[in-house]
Amino acid sequence: MKALVVGCGRVGSALARRLHAAGWEVSVLDENEEALTRLGESWPGTFLVGHAMDTDALEEAGIADADTVIVATDGDNTNIVVAQIATRQYEIPAVAVRILDPARAEFYSGRGFHVVSPTKTAIESLAGWALDGTGA
Amino acid sequence: MFVIVVGGGKVGTSLARTLLDMRHELVIVEQNRRRFEGLEEEFGHRATLGDATEMRVLEQAGVERPPDILLAVTGDDEDNIVICQLARERYEVPKVIARVNDPRNQYIFDLLDIGPTVSATSMVLALIQHEVPEHELVQLLEVRKENLEIVEVEIAPGAAAAGKRIEQLQLPGTARLISVMRDGKAEIAVGGTELRGGDQVLAILEPGREDELRRLLLAEKRR
Repeated sequence: MKALVVGCGRVGSALARRLHAAGWEVSVLDENEEALTRLGESWPGTFLVGHAMDTDALEEAGIADADTVIVATDGDNTNIVVAQIATRQYEIPAVAVRILDPARAEFYSGRGFHVVSPTKTAIESLAGWALDGTGA
Repeated sequence: MFVIVVGGGKVGTSLARTLLDMRHELVIVEQNRRRFEGLEEEFGHRATLGDATEMRVLEQAGVERPPDILLAVTGDDEDNIVICQLARERYEVPKVIARVNDPRNQYIFDLLDIGPTVSATSMVLALIQHEVPEHELVQLLEVRKENLEIVEVEIAPGAAAAGKRIEQLQLPGTARLISVMRDGKAEIAVGGTELRGGDQVLAILEPGREDELRRLLLAEKRR
């Protein structure tokens, strides 16, 4: 399986390492060169410096023949746009995107890509914890 | 009309000023507090502070009414895209106009069917082309939805078309000549119009067929 991970922050880098450990061919794109250090000392996969919305960078990172694209930069709107490019322009069957804002996460779900909202998950988990009586 | 302008930089501010002069109802949204304070001084309660990609900010600006037009003219293309998608799909704003900052992103706006779009960079480039004679075929207007474009060509003196009537030309595909300008006077192009070298011709055609048109109107006549 070939995966492209766009955004190499805490989430993107850990995910890239997990997928690589599971035997996937992983390519990572981040606009910041120093993000490479998050991937550990000798990252055997591809790492590319470039902006997520730059088609040349996406193609160089191998978007055209990726099986899976995961978009997790620190910008919600960048992520939303890149997920739509991957789904509609490159017709990648499996695209997942991180959207922090729960409202935008809800609006953009059901459009052919998987939406993950850590903020929403945290709210639900914390509310559940408090209301279950554990927090009372 | 009720217009929401998103982005209070130079573009948004002058738009807001002009629209107010034209007596339209207006709200301008800006996320940068310092810029917002300047806007508030000029536009009073018509200025709204916040990130318009957040729905509650759009709602504060009155997007639920909805406005007749929303203009997304921030300096970030990804923001303009999201603002337009929210406005159109969630709040049913009938018309959105987006600014494209980086012309390389134009294809994304097209891909997501966001438009019409305006790009200062592309317009300036087109104007430069107009001034530079080596670009003999100048694109004047793209009618995206209809998949047509209007171009301007100056007939080269030795071109295959020079000396011929328009009805004798094999124009590419469904291309048509619109007008012929000669000695500063323009006339509607009809079948019997005879073309001469130096004529400036407006043509409408499907994008991608410029080369065929160029060969016909510009290429040297075979001897």
